[in-house]
Amino acid sequence: MTTPKKDDKKLAEGLGLSPEILELLAKFQEIELEDFQMDVKELELSFEPGMAGQIMPKLRLPQALKPGKPTSLLQAAFVPPVEMYPGKIAEVKLGATRAEGGSRGRTITVGGETSPAFYTFERPIVHSPVVTLDVFDMEVPLSKAVKMHVKEVMGDPAAWAKLAVEKFGADMVTVHLISIDPLLKDATPKAAADTVENILQAVDVPLVIGGCGDPIKDTAVFAEITERFKGERFLISSLTRDMDVEKCAKFVKKNGHAALSFTPMDLNLARELNRRLYDYLDKEDIVMDLTTAALGYGLDYAFTNMERARMAGLMGDTELAHPMSSGTTNAWAAREAWLKMAPEWEPRELRGPLWEVTTAVTLLLAGVDLFMMMHPAAVKTLKEVTKNLVNGGKVDAAKFADWVSVKA
Amino acid sequence: MSKRISMKELSPIDVYKLLPKTNCKECGQENCMAFATKIVNREVTVDSCKPLFKGHEKALAQLQEMLKPAVKEVMVGVGDKAKKLGGKLVMYRHEFTYTNPTALAIDVTDEMPANEVESRIKRTENFSFEYIGYTLKLDMIAVRCTSGDAEKFKAVVKKVSETTKLPFILCATNANIMEAGLMAAPNSNPLLYAANSENWKDMAELALMYNCPLVVSAPNDLNTLVSLAKTLLAYGVKDLVLDPGTFMNEGLGTTLNNFTMLRRAACKGGEELAGFPIIGVPMVAWVGKGETADEITKWKEAYLASMLIVRYADVLVMHGNDGWSLLPSAVLRQNIYTDPRKPVAVAPGLKVFGTPDENSPVFFTSNFALTYYTVASDIESAKLNAYLIVVETEGSAIDSGVAGRKLTAERVADALKASGVEGKVKHRKLIIPGKASRISGEIEELSGWKVQVGPRDSSEIPKYLVEKWQP
Repeated sequence: MTTPKKDDKKLAEGLGLSPEILELLAKFQEIELEDFQMDVKELELSFEPGMAGQIMPKLRLPQALKPGKPTSLLQAAFVPPVEMYPGKIAEVKLGATRAEGGSRGRTITVGGETSPAFYTFERPIVHSPVVTLDVFDMEVPLSKAVKMHVKEVMGDPAAWAKLAVEKFGADMVTVHLISIDPLLKDATPKAAADTVENILQAVDVPLVIGGCGDPIKDTAVFAEITERFKGERFLISSLTRDMDVEKCAKFVKKNGHAALSFTPMDLNLARELNRRLYDYLDKEDIVMDLTTAALGYGLDYAFTNMERARMAGLMGDTELAHPMSSGTTNAWAAREAWLKMAPEWEPRELRGPLWEVTTAVTLLLAGVDLFMMMHPAAVKTLKEVTKNLVNGGKVDAAKFADWVSVKA
Repeated sequence: MSKRISMKELSPIDVYKLLPKTNCKECGQENCMAFATKIVNREVTVDSCKPLFKGHEKALAQLQEMLKPAVKEVMVGVGDKAKKLGGKLVMYRHEFTYTNPTALAIDVTDEMPANEVESRIKRTENFSFEYIGYTLKLDMIAVRCTSGDAEKFKAVVKKVSETTKLPFILCATNANIMEAGLMAAPNSNPLLYAANSENWKDMAELALMYNCPLVVSAPNDLNTLVSLAKTLLAYGVKDLVLDPGTFMNEGLGTTLNNFTMLRRAACKGGEELAGFPIIGVPMVAWVGKGETADEITKWKEAYLASMLIVRYADVLVMHGNDGWSLLPSAVLRQNIYTDPRKPVAVAPGLKVFGTPDENSPVFFTSNFALTYYTVASDIESAKLNAYLIVVETEGSAIDSGVAGRKLTAERVADALKASGVEGKVKHRKLIIPGKASRISGEIEELSGWKVQVGPRDSSEIPKYLVEKWQP
């Protein structure tokens, strides 16, 4: 191991060598470390796997075995504990191509699972989880680690969406129409729809349309947007118990969109809201958001709630057999994600996105299908992890078994 | 493989039948049935039933067998830093509180300079993070033989055992080297890594001779893994830990599958040979890392650790020891191992901090447990004298409460009135969370109090009071 200072140097050099993820993480380092000169020798690792085991001292082990001890390996078979589940998670298609009455370059389907999350020893993943990146329609307070990646596009949601898709690899984009909030700008439904129009022009991925949380205003804005962009199959985020559920569900259905059914961490409330939606929407029109709490701030509740919902859905509880969405961006509500802390916990530019990653991978294992995320490095990591989990299988067991003698 | 009764199938009646039925109350419970219920809920152990130990040995043995966890509990180390691994009763968190939080071990090697070994141990020991009333710590030291030299390994184990009381894992697949390490630290009950299909006999002898728990290792080969477990049990080694292998990248899914299958076989299938703690090795991120920057490797190691904490690892070996990379996993471990029945909300009402007087500030916060404890701990640690009104928000945090209309001006005004704080202070100023600034006007209107918008994070409260508070 090197001293912390050398690590910093390595990191600075690493900018040129390492995967893009470091670039996303390390912008801050470019500023802080630009004066460093790098000695290439410092980068070389003394990794010589052939070394261990060469020189063996002769220590005596007791040779005589007691009677009754096995002298050769006793065979046992491990039977993979594979189960069948009566239920299946609904498949929800998002976005629509031109041929389907929309304008998107591709559609995305979430759900369809017939086993718990990544139990690929039972059966393969049906639809890989996807990531939708947050885009705000006005300037918002963001943590430093996030802001440095998006400050040029703040206030220009179309440019922001383009950056999210083209540079950060987002599968989808979430347009947060917070300017419609009566307590903020109180923007009109027409203005909000114009913003959506600009984003539709800028990117060709499916969209999530996010409101401001005011039940009345959101209803008016969603009515305008679902109507004006009939057939685009947006995910309308979200329908809540305190809205006019009947009215909202009707315009969502009539115009061919899908609804995000949002409830505050209570499976009974989730069932109840879904039941109300079933009067107007099909099962294949509903994604559910059971509420995401940040790592350290209730992630345990969120995890268990989602894991239980997925199990219940697979066991035949159709009211919970919907794909799940997570507002993983909530990870940034944890102060440990953004606060300047004592030096032993720094840099926050790494700690923050790792906080979001940790929140995401935890919920990935609970069964989340759609991640609403924020930091580009966190997005990239989650996509890598998901890809490996879905397509994996090739295992270099011998290579990793060498960890004992790795000269790290 | 033989089967066990799963925890779910166990009823208080099953336990009650085996109790002495004296209703003696020596255990502190009203009667034997109440005691049986507490036993099944794992709130007490059979040890507190004194009569059981006097002439009921057969029933006691039956009870102990019946209450045996699906995953064996294995002790590593000695003294008050010793660590219990495994002891799991259930597979899923919602079934019952997980026992024995995943132990986190940080490595040192026999080729690190002595001062580096020392500084890594100190760093591991000094890792400490205060989190809502808990202190998050690291647990163990993994001592790896990278030199292939028994004398070097012996020397570093000696150094480690003299430097720390933390339990350790001795990592060497050559039995001669392992014995050299054991000789340097006898009676320290380390976990031995590892017996495999080649060296198992020698490792088993060492485990018996030094009376240590032993890892059995069969990378991505569960048949060999359970065969090894079966063989070693027959050999007389009782305390085993399973290593099905930890693999990065394309092997990640296989890793999770193996961990999940083992745990399900133990908890749902009652398979004895799968019923041992599982060791995960996030430090495989360092294998063949080449020129990848250290930060990237630490980042990968960290999320791998978190995934394995969720997916049943009972002990993890890690190399990266930076605070930023370890903290998320340490917090996640604490979260995952809490009681799943713990309420998400605290009781609303007035909380008093220090000895406030008529000029002390009045704050409010939400009744979401995590928000409340965070604010309370910030006020407490700054030793402030203040009133804090906990507003009923149905367990929502401030920002989500405002957005979801769970935290409204009406509720704040009602809580303010109900708190009776009006009679305790002579000013009429309410400091509200920065994240509730949107409803400041409404609160002022409804309550008649003057509203001051406070900081967005409660860690800023002390500074805020110095700069902005005037009764």
